[in-house]
Amino acid sequence: MVPRFSRRFASGVAAGAMSLSLAACGGGGGGGGGSFDGEIKVGILHSLSGTMAISETTLKEVEEMAIKEINDAGGVNVAGKKYKITAISEDGASDWPTFAEKSQKLIESDKVAVVFGGWTSASRKAMMPVFESKNHMLFYPIQYEGQECSKNIFYTGAVPNQQAEPAVDWLMKQYAPKFGKKVYLVGSDYVYPRTANTIIKEQMKALGGETVGEDYIPLGNTEVAPIIAKIKKAFPNGGIIINTLNGDSNVALFKQFKAAGIDPAKYPIMSFSIAEEEIRQIGPEYTTGTYAAWNFFMSLDTPASKKFTADFQALYGKDRVTGDPAESAYNMVYLWKAAVEKAGSFEDLEKVRTAMIGTKFAAPQGEIEMFPNHHTSERVLIGEAKADGQFKILSDSVKAIPPIPWNQFVPETKGYTCDWTQNRPDAGKFKM
Amino acid sequence: MELFFSQILDGLSIASVLLLAATGLAIVFGLMGVINLAHGEFMMLGAYVTFVVQNLFKPMGGILFELYFPVALVLSFIVTALVGVLLERTLIRRLYGRPLETLLATWGVSLILIQLVRSVSTAMLLGILLAIALGWIGSRFLKLKFTDKPFLPYISGLYWLLTSLIGIAAANFLSSIRPLASTWFGPRNIDVTAPKWLQGSWGKIGDIGLPGIRIFIILLSAVLLLATLWFLSKSVWGLRMRAVTQNRQMSNCLGIPTDRVDSFTFGLGSGLAGVAGCAITLLGSVGPNLGAAYIVSCFMVIVLGGVGNLTGTVLASLLLGIIQSVIGSGSLLTVFPNLPPAVSGVVEFFATTSMSLVLVFIFIIAFLQFRPNGMFPQKGRSVDA
Repeated sequence: MVPRFSRRFASGVAAGAMSLSLAACGGGGGGGGGSFDGEIKVGILHSLSGTMAISETTLKEVEEMAIKEINDAGGVNVAGKKYKITAISEDGASDWPTFAEKSQKLIESDKVAVVFGGWTSASRKAMMPVFESKNHMLFYPIQYEGQECSKNIFYTGAVPNQQAEPAVDWLMKQYAPKFGKKVYLVGSDYVYPRTANTIIKEQMKALGGETVGEDYIPLGNTEVAPIIAKIKKAFPNGGIIINTLNGDSNVALFKQFKAAGIDPAKYPIMSFSIAEEEIRQIGPEYTTGTYAAWNFFMSLDTPASKKFTADFQALYGKDRVTGDPAESAYNMVYLWKAAVEKAGSFEDLEKVRTAMIGTKFAAPQGEIEMFPNHHTSERVLIGEAKADGQFKILSDSVKAIPPIPWNQFVPETKGYTCDWTQNRPDAGKFKM
Repeated sequence: MELFFSQILDGLSIASVLLLAATGLAIVFGLMGVINLAHGEFMMLGAYVTFVVQNLFKPMGGILFELYFPVALVLSFIVTALVGVLLERTLIRRLYGRPLETLLATWGVSLILIQLVRSVSTAMLLGILLAIALGWIGSRFLKLKFTDKPFLPYISGLYWLLTSLIGIAAANFLSSIRPLASTWFGPRNIDVTAPKWLQGSWGKIGDIGLPGIRIFIILLSAVLLLATLWFLSKSVWGLRMRAVTQNRQMSNCLGIPTDRVDSFTFGLGSGLAGVAGCAITLLGSVGPNLGAAYIVSCFMVIVLGGVGNLTGTVLASLLLGIIQSVIGSGSLLTVFPNLPPAVSGVVEFFATTSMSLVLVFIFIIAFLQFRPNGMFPQKGRSVDA
């Protein structure tokens, strides 16, 4: 009995030791590719763990893809010299103070030339003071509520006049004859939905319409029965719903809407935070027939869009999908590269900032341009979700719409603008 | 009348979800006194079992696919009950009578389970199995060789450490083989689709549609509740469970196998959580963090209802469900349209989902000031630890 055990034990240990040594041999490798005169370190700061990891990991992958493409094409050409981009990735861990801490680390110890990062408005607000106090540079890729204009941040996602406002206009044009100029707003209980809904309410007032109800669900809550009751009371015969929910609550909303007989034919729903990736998680059969407004859809039928998706899938798997946030993250790397080449320096951030204004890039959505208010122009698309999880594009601005960060519907910011080419202390927010 | 009925229906729907989720916990917490923070994760396991069953049935299509849900209900009960028994045998039973340690240990288990579904792959599973097999065989051998030696615990501790390192190394090595390395579920939420017969409406009463999913969950929770009550009061095992709850030593003396009863009780509670998890795939999202959304409301229900009392659990979940739906939908304003503006302002202020939850918490805190042991406190001799 005993010897048999001991032999097995010994062989187990031996096998274990072998696999240990083999495992140690893994990893490494890579590198190579052309000869460079030097390297530029850039920071990538997204949540790779925690609740936001699901969304933000894709951004990291897309940014690394853009960097790889640039390096494979000979790197960044600064003042006649070729530089290779080296990315240093940090994990924001879905925790806003961590974002601030890691930004500091990237700027001070890693000495990066620029940081690409963030998803939630909360993470951006946490990073902003760090970048402003160190007079450094951050690229932020997500559509957001606007009402912000920092000298040290470049925003490559949509502000409300490039997503929410055209979407509301479109809804009114399509459905006001049938349901009247009335909307019901449903959102998650935090800064983006609340600010976006404030803007929508002002816009509805300006259009002569009415907001008949407004409801917020705590992030992660999955009980929407009271909201369904309220919507049915407000719109007994159908009406327009605008959805700014984020994350899991969307799944609950669409599943329970369907069960309660709130179907898109009677209750047109427009969502601002549901892209191709989110549809995959909700289940396409629940979202079919609902609308979304974005600056890019995977189904956009142009060679540039198709190439972007094909490249992404070749690198990360055939079953993956692209979408607006990914496209926006891709664009910002190229915009930065173009500005650095134009400025002839990556270390003199003042020069890069100046060069950035007016920089254009042939993005997957079409040509976009960085404006003096540090936001990009964006093409505005409205799509209808189909059964295969893709969007059918119903409305297309074709040309890119210039950004208006300080909202013109909200009384407090009406008449204000932002222009960093002007040499004045209040360039971030001043009366036009 | 119509409003009244639709409010009752909404209240019942919310209550039935609460009840479904809390029944299992009421058994584990109420009968055994174990604060199981991993209860939400057992629900999550049930939801993932449903996902697996759905995917197995998908290729069959047609009528057979429509039937996947009942199968998933049964299987999610069985699988989570087995995991529960395993957990009780290996961990919980060592911690009886130590509530604080149990709480921390089950919380640890919940974290492990969350990370497990996020990153489980064939390679990882093989690594874990290898580590456990090696550890188990080896510690048997150590026990034979060094019986009664004082250093035995240290040696076997060290040995388990070694085997887990071996397991990690093996998992790492196997991960280099591509098909073994891909994760089964990944960190993303997964998509569980309700069968056709559950989607949409099941007819109408007056002007009010009856959402199929809601009615199904109300019926399911009622059936499960009745079954549990019957089980506890009529079946042999149920009677044994209650005997052990009331007096462990005496039950032991009378020949009731108390340790098997413990495993059984814990397994039953976990299995019920699994069924709840299966049912809530119809309502919400399914992801590794699913449990966190429900665990707090489960404990609220139990604490409000009184520990160890299923009637209390039922009443507490009904009460919370109806408060939430009546306040949250603001229908008080429709019932009493002529309230003075000051009062109607307050009602409107609380008529949002966030605020109605706040109100529910305030209500519970206030209630517990007057009845610290809940609606139906345990009477007579207290449960021994």
